[in-house]
Amino acid sequence: MAKSEPKPTPVSHVDEPELHKHDSHETDVHEPGPRNLFQRLYAAFESPGRRRALHVAILAILIVTPWISSQYTTVILTNALLYVVLCLGLNIVVGYAGLLDLGYAAFFAVGAYTVSILTQQFGVNFWAAIPFSLMAAALAGVIIGGPTLRLRSDYLAIVTLGFGEIVRFTARNLEITGGASGLSHIPEPSLFGWHIDSSIDFYYVFVVLAVLAYIASQRLFDSRLGRAWLYVRHDEDAAEAMGINRVATKLTAYVIGAIFGAIGGIFFSVNLGAISPESFSFQQSVLILLAVVLGGMGKIPGVILGAFIVVLGPELLRDFGTLRLLIFAVLLLLIMLFRPSGIWPEKRS
Amino acid sequence: MTWYDSFLQQLVDGLVLGSFYALVALGYTMVFGVIKLLNFAHGDLYMTGAFAGFGGLSLISGFVGTGWLGIFIAMLLAMLAVGCLGVVIERVAYHPMLGAPRLSILITALAVSLVLQNAALAMTGGQYTAFRTDLGFDGFNLGNLYLSYNQIVLVATAAILMIALELFVSKTLYGRAMRAVSIDKDMCRMMGINVSAVIAVTFFIGSGLAAAAGTMAGAYYGSIWYFMGFLIGLKAFTAAVIGGIGSITGAMLGGLILGLLESFGTHIPFIGSEWKDVFTFSILILVLVFKPTGLLGKSEVERM
Repeated sequence: MAKSEPKPTPVSHVDEPELHKHDSHETDVHEPGPRNLFQRLYAAFESPGRRRALHVAILAILIVTPWISSQYTTVILTNALLYVVLCLGLNIVVGYAGLLDLGYAAFFAVGAYTVSILTQQFGVNFWAAIPFSLMAAALAGVIIGGPTLRLRSDYLAIVTLGFGEIVRFTARNLEITGGASGLSHIPEPSLFGWHIDSSIDFYYVFVVLAVLAYIASQRLFDSRLGRAWLYVRHDEDAAEAMGINRVATKLTAYVIGAIFGAIGGIFFSVNLGAISPESFSFQQSVLILLAVVLGGMGKIPGVILGAFIVVLGPELLRDFGTLRLLIFAVLLLLIMLFRPSGIWPEKRS
Repeated sequence: MTWYDSFLQQLVDGLVLGSFYALVALGYTMVFGVIKLLNFAHGDLYMTGAFAGFGGLSLISGFVGTGWLGIFIAMLLAMLAVGCLGVVIERVAYHPMLGAPRLSILITALAVSLVLQNAALAMTGGQYTAFRTDLGFDGFNLGNLYLSYNQIVLVATAAILMIALELFVSKTLYGRAMRAVSIDKDMCRMMGINVSAVIAVTFFIGSGLAAAAGTMAGAYYGSIWYFMGFLIGLKAFTAAVIGGIGSITGAMLGGLILGLLESFGTHIPFIGSEWKDVFTFSILILVLVFKPTGLLGKSEVERM
């Protein structure tokens, strides 16, 4: 039966993963021929002057928006900006260093819980609690990354998933984390007398965070470490032969990603004023990863676009009621099928 | 109850749980064997199988009732339907992606999982659906140990399915082709094996087994909902890893071991049942870190 078809030629490797690993789905930016909309758009802003103008324009839009839109829009946009921070952090792990992480919400949770417990139960000042929170997240990054970085990519994915679930179940079972109902009445922070409590206040806080995350991502990408990540991602063995410490490089990616996640978590918790283990479920990790892959791994504007799609998509589909998540999932599937490297992928050279 | 009776009771519970894990783990391991993909949607096929079994039972209950016969026929219908769904998913979503970067295909699998979950969510409104049967809780006592007929039939059915699969893989032509494809696809093509057909058959069988487990779980526990596949998907994956991913006997063994570990592990002092899942995932991580090939897996030198 299985051998009834005599003629398959070894030339037509339709389902051979290895041979097409460096996929040919994306047209290279430098190649002549049809470019997609984003590539053209991006090319239009290649020059530093125009790039700066674009940055100023986007910043101006971000600053003005809450004054001309409803509170609902402001809240949604705040959420989108939170996702920008989280996605840029995960992008360092997945996009820059090429490590698949399915438990990113764990870092988000560590940041949120540490700061909430310190401020709410021990009365620590919010700003003083932040360094502890970041240290806790970095430590979590080392604990998760340390033993697992030698694993194959899909095993790594599962291990990180397992860690993510362990963090969630631990938060649910411990008393200090408030069990399944989580923590509430997390005190709002104030800065030099400015009490950050309204939705617009938090919107601006997240604008600042997103801008900082953007700048940090960009600078990391251009740094010596960023090039080391690129090298390790493309060819670990060659990288090691050139004197790059493979494990340390990957671990740094984990720790920096964890810190981004924790920053998101810290401000997420004070924004909502309440957190529960379900805020940090596997679905959360998947959503962040989807945004990164959807937009285009390793490409900062792509990742930001992905974050906005993931947050705004379900909102825009709200008219469809219960079907909206289904429609959203189908759209995601279609995007992955037709643009496997994301909507706005990193250009390959 | 003496410790011995308690031990036996945990053993029975562990076997029931392990049977579900093993059936779902088989699908993971088979798919991984032929196309090296972690099919994240597999747990959701189990869920779809439960709903398909429920739908099938509602259709035929007028003729055959909701007793053993009805559930058995419903299970076969569910296996057929979800098996075909598995093949469709492979054709539509995974086949075009096999040449894409590994991460993309993983994300596609996650997207498929989301589609299945949200389809079930949209259809049920997120409510638990009662899976009513006439099975009851009859059984008999064996010393101080109570065995229900349901448990016996369930474990026996799972065992029969697994033996059938083992025979299929070891004795038939397609089974041999499947093993060959998992070793070297190129060589298989040169030897005239229709690789695409073998992959389709693999998906059919894997999804069918998940559906069988789903229907049985629905009938056994009495309720189904759209999210029931998530945790068992993760645990079945753990089982597949414990046994050695890619190894069919390993998946069966891993499923049973995990079921027993969970059943006994929750009775270790200081590890209450609320830590059960933490316990499972810790095992997963320890196995992956210290013995990634599992109990029966072949070692492979591969790096992304």
